[in-house]
Amino acid sequence: MLDLPTANNQLRTTQLVQVRTESPTVKTFMFTDRLCSKAKPGQFLMLWIPGIDEIPLSIMDTSNGVISVTVKAVGDATRHLHNLAPGATVGVRGPFGNSFTESRGRVLLVGGGTGTAPLLFLAKQLASKTDRLSFVEGAKTASELLFVKEVGGICQEKNIITTTEDGTAGLQCLVTQPLASLLDKEKFDMIYVCGPEIMVKRIFELTEARKLPIEASLERLMRCGIGLCGSCVIGKYRVCRDGPVFNAAQLREMKDELGISKIGFDGSRIPF
Amino acid sequence: MESNALSIDFAGLNLPNPTMLASGIMGYSAESFHRIAKSGAGAVVTKSVGSQPRTGYANPTVVQAESGIINAMGLPNPGIDVFTEEIKFSKTILRVPIIVSVFGYSAEDYAAVAKKAADAGADAVELNVSCPHVKQTGAEIGQSPKLLAEIVQQVKAAINKPLIVKLSPNVTDITVLAQAAVEAGADALTAVNTLRAIAIDAETQMPILANKKGGLSGACMKPVALRCVYDIADQYEVPIIGCGGVSNWRDAVEFLLAGASAVQIGTAVADDIEVFQSITKGVENYLRKKNARSVKDIVGLAHRK
Repeated sequence: MLDLPTANNQLRTTQLVQVRTESPTVKTFMFTDRLCSKAKPGQFLMLWIPGIDEIPLSIMDTSNGVISVTVKAVGDATRHLHNLAPGATVGVRGPFGNSFTESRGRVLLVGGGTGTAPLLFLAKQLASKTDRLSFVEGAKTASELLFVKEVGGICQEKNIITTTEDGTAGLQCLVTQPLASLLDKEKFDMIYVCGPEIMVKRIFELTEARKLPIEASLERLMRCGIGLCGSCVIGKYRVCRDGPVFNAAQLREMKDELGISKIGFDGSRIPF
Repeated sequence: MESNALSIDFAGLNLPNPTMLASGIMGYSAESFHRIAKSGAGAVVTKSVGSQPRTGYANPTVVQAESGIINAMGLPNPGIDVFTEEIKFSKTILRVPIIVSVFGYSAEDYAAVAKKAADAGADAVELNVSCPHVKQTGAEIGQSPKLLAEIVQQVKAAINKPLIVKLSPNVTDITVLAQAAVEAGADALTAVNTLRAIAIDAETQMPILANKKGGLSGACMKPVALRCVYDIADQYEVPIIGCGGVSNWRDAVEFLLAGASAVQIGTAVADDIEVFQSITKGVENYLRKKNARSVKDIVGLAHRK
């Protein structure tokens, strides 16, 4: 885990070198950054869109020192970001947070929506180290299924399951649907999950019922990114500093809040 | 050395050690306070709470500076009516005092929020009269002895718990404000809140924080905070909590020597949440080395002629 004293991780600016459209609502932004080039799968950075906002983003790739973050246009900040072209200046802090542990043996990755991005980063690192890499990926519709080609290049076709809510690709169901039978049928040494918190909660219920190891990356409202402001607290943990990746024991400790309530901008607990 | 060498009676509060969580840090939830207490804090101070919910400012709300950070959160808080539930829950799981930080827009407002906090079980109230980046509260009050005295009097009349006033360093002479607070009935002072600051990005030629200006905290604040504590202790016999750039036992000891009886720790939590334990242990070793029997034996020693 790359753990710098906060004073050594000041905001710096860099220029976007490439912007790639992944889906009608998702783009990948690429830029160079020395500190983030050492990031591990699961870590995140804070991206400053000057004059607009600063948002936490999972790191998707660091190949050749080029940092990639994959972003869905969901609000003001992300829509502004989507309007930026190569050459635009952005600010970067990070990398922050912990990372996924490196498992061997048979590994399953489950990604929902843009949650697939950090898992792709992880899959690339695990590809040569694991016996078998399986990937279950879900999205609302076919055009929003991300990195299908990249996942296909890492995992064997028989180890990939895709789901869409409207049935335009793969199975017509939620990503959680095919998991129960998959977990009953095959043995896994580790299950990595990244996606909406409700999805994480459901998958955690499946792994708990079968006593399987799990590591899930959580996303919460984040402000400082360095463990001070308390905005991303779940149970006793800070997603930005103690996470964003949590194991089964930690998820168990936060089960009263996981997928149930979160802290809003004013610090009150709001239901999902 | 006796085991209670570190415990102190601070303005009527029994603290197992002289470290406290400073206001604004992880201060929304009972579970966070519980974790901080388990990390060794002798008391916890909540985020500042007002009469109504506030969402705070857009990001960036925090920017790292040289040896510190600048923040402009904008007093995000759920409002006292929601927060009382958190105070009540905290009281059932905490074994150290919980001090509720309160802000307001008028003396009546401050008093009403402070009363609700006290009624919900707060062991003490700390007045935030020094938030440097929200208009109509905080700084304006913290810079006016007259306004400050009025608020302290009204709050004091509304509660029967210890009243702590957190002073602003953004003043010409902090002892004037300290005097106003003490004469109006403050039981103790926290010195100090953050120092007004700004971060500007050379490339975009813009202030980085969404609110443009914010408050500086962290190691770079220590000499200023230390001087504030020293100045107040030089003139008044009032319990003081030192706050500003404390990240290790030596910092804590320096504040004690300057005249503080306890210290608050905020920014240093970013690098290590166990900082309370390590500071307490370091202070204990220091006391032993200096043949001091308790923390209070070294309070203010730097003032010896």
